[in-house]
Amino acid sequence: MSYVDYLVRRAIHSVPVIFGLSVLIFLISRVIPGDPVRLALGPEATQQQVAALRAEMGLDQPLPMQYADWLFGVVQGDWGMSLRTNNNVFSDIVARLPATLELTVVTLFFAVLLAIPFGVVAGTNKDRWQDHLSRITALFGVSMPRFWVAIVLQIVFVVSLGLLPLSGRLSDGVAPPPAVTHLYLVDSLIAGQFGTFLDAATHLLLPTVALGLATLAQVMRLIRSDMIDEQRKDYVLAARAYGLPNALIEYKYMLQNAFTSSLTVVGLAFGFLLGNAFLVEIVFAWPGMARYGVQAILYQDFNAIVGVTIVVGIGFVTANFVVDLLYGYLDPRVRLEEG
Amino acid sequence: MSTKTSLPFFDTESAARKERIRQLKRGFRTFAGNKLSLVGLAMILTLVVAALLAPYIAPFPEHAGAGVYFDQASEPPSATHLMGTDTTGRDIFSRVLFGARLSLLMSGIVLSIAISIGVTLGLIAGYLGGTTNTVIMRVTDIFLAIPPTLLAMAVVAATGASLFNVMVAIAFSWWSWYARLVQGEVLSIKEDEFIESSRALGSGWVRTTFKEILPNVVSPITVKATLDMGFVILVGAGLSFLGLGAQPPTPTWGAMIAQGRNYVTSFWWIAVFPGLAISFAVLGFNFIGDGLRDVLDVEVD
Repeated sequence: MSYVDYLVRRAIHSVPVIFGLSVLIFLISRVIPGDPVRLALGPEATQQQVAALRAEMGLDQPLPMQYADWLFGVVQGDWGMSLRTNNNVFSDIVARLPATLELTVVTLFFAVLLAIPFGVVAGTNKDRWQDHLSRITALFGVSMPRFWVAIVLQIVFVVSLGLLPLSGRLSDGVAPPPAVTHLYLVDSLIAGQFGTFLDAATHLLLPTVALGLATLAQVMRLIRSDMIDEQRKDYVLAARAYGLPNALIEYKYMLQNAFTSSLTVVGLAFGFLLGNAFLVEIVFAWPGMARYGVQAILYQDFNAIVGVTIVVGIGFVTANFVVDLLYGYLDPRVRLEEG
Repeated sequence: MSTKTSLPFFDTESAARKERIRQLKRGFRTFAGNKLSLVGLAMILTLVVAALLAPYIAPFPEHAGAGVYFDQASEPPSATHLMGTDTTGRDIFSRVLFGARLSLLMSGIVLSIAISIGVTLGLIAGYLGGTTNTVIMRVTDIFLAIPPTLLAMAVVAATGASLFNVMVAIAFSWWSWYARLVQGEVLSIKEDEFIESSRALGSGWVRTTFKEILPNVVSPITVKATLDMGFVILVGAGLSFLGLGAQPPTPTWGAMIAQGRNYVTSFWWIAVFPGLAISFAVLGFNFIGDGLRDVLDVEVD
């Protein structure tokens, strides 16, 4: 099976998941809140008024019909009005997505980048102090609530040491760079505004650390155990017998295999990262989508909640799709076996 | 062995029991040899005892509820107030102790629900196979496709903020992990001979599944549940940090951190100590789970 066939198969695989996700979100939005008509009209309303509004809102239709209507609207970008901001939920989310994207992608990138050398060192020194140290650090890393780590970082680096900004994406008085991608790090470089780039980077530093520590720990432990599995294989023995330098064996041949099998969990870790971004954005007053979602929940702004859930669900499915693509690319066996 | 006549020289029943005891002893030694898991066990025992005895050992048990003690507001940690006091003068140490009750209870209940649903569905899907398997596992995939924090948030948003709704919401988003874990395990053992012999003896699928297969998937479930006790505490703390859990003045750890967050520039201890308590609890469960994983020799991730 060619790589393209593999891609298509994988893409088709995510269709039922996205479909099911939309059914689930629809059910949460329509069934759980009780009777929206009664809520809207209050207890004084007559039977006729209730029936009239029910028909107007399409709620007298059977559920599958309601779902079809709803899905049709969602696909067209009609995600309903936000009760809090009075804007279309879709445009609200589009305006806030880049900030969340910048935070989560930068976090994931650095978490994986740093996890690689730590995981390799721990895996190649199994049961020595490096391994024990990495194990304990990792257990601490996944045990601390990320929103609390965020607060502790603020107390230490902002309040006590005064080294970094407390919150936000840019300092007061620093104008956002000309919008191209809406990612400040990228846009400021495109515009050649290095001052703005530095300012954006310093604002990003603490949220990234708070959000990424646990992800780093998860991925590091995984690379470690995959490295240990690799070590027992014949090709490693052969390479050592040939007298190849250790660094070459470990970082080129073994890491390539170990990293490939660790990849699947990176997609999963990204899901937890997205969920936690909600909490970390609150702590750092980060103007992202997650914060919008949390405020929507506190204000019972239901269209906005559904919108955010859809976007995060799609983001998570997409991330896992990308992981599958890389997996199939790095390990030809995966795509060949599927045929 | 159901036979009552034991052979004089070779008592099979007690031989089997001895072997079982030997296995348990070996497992215990492996567990005890892992210092981290012993530390974890000690941590969780401390926590459970502290939670049970909270009304008796808390220096100011009345501070667990609402209350205003302005003469001692926002005091830093001292001998009287080990973790300081919050902005209304309540003893944080006392509130943290009562918070331990809520966290452990919440996590235990959530996992009981999630495991009952997930294990049952996983067993049925794995054993029956075919269309049943496809339908159950597709639904499971969908639930796995939403981060648990987020799905729980959506459900709580729809049902209203309370401790009960938080528990239902987390269980609702958590069962799918167990369904997938158990289904995978069942697939790997269902062709084994002891299953076939059970079927040959005339057992129906319910009996075969619950009497023969279930005992064989207990190990991975135990390890995962131990680790999850901690993770559910984390998710629950996150939700109560957002104000979606038990409402004030209930002393949940997450809500206490949320209160302290407004005073990071002046009174650091209000947010720091409840967070330490969360980390302590989660770390304890992780240490135990890590050790159990070695003893039972299972992979759950």
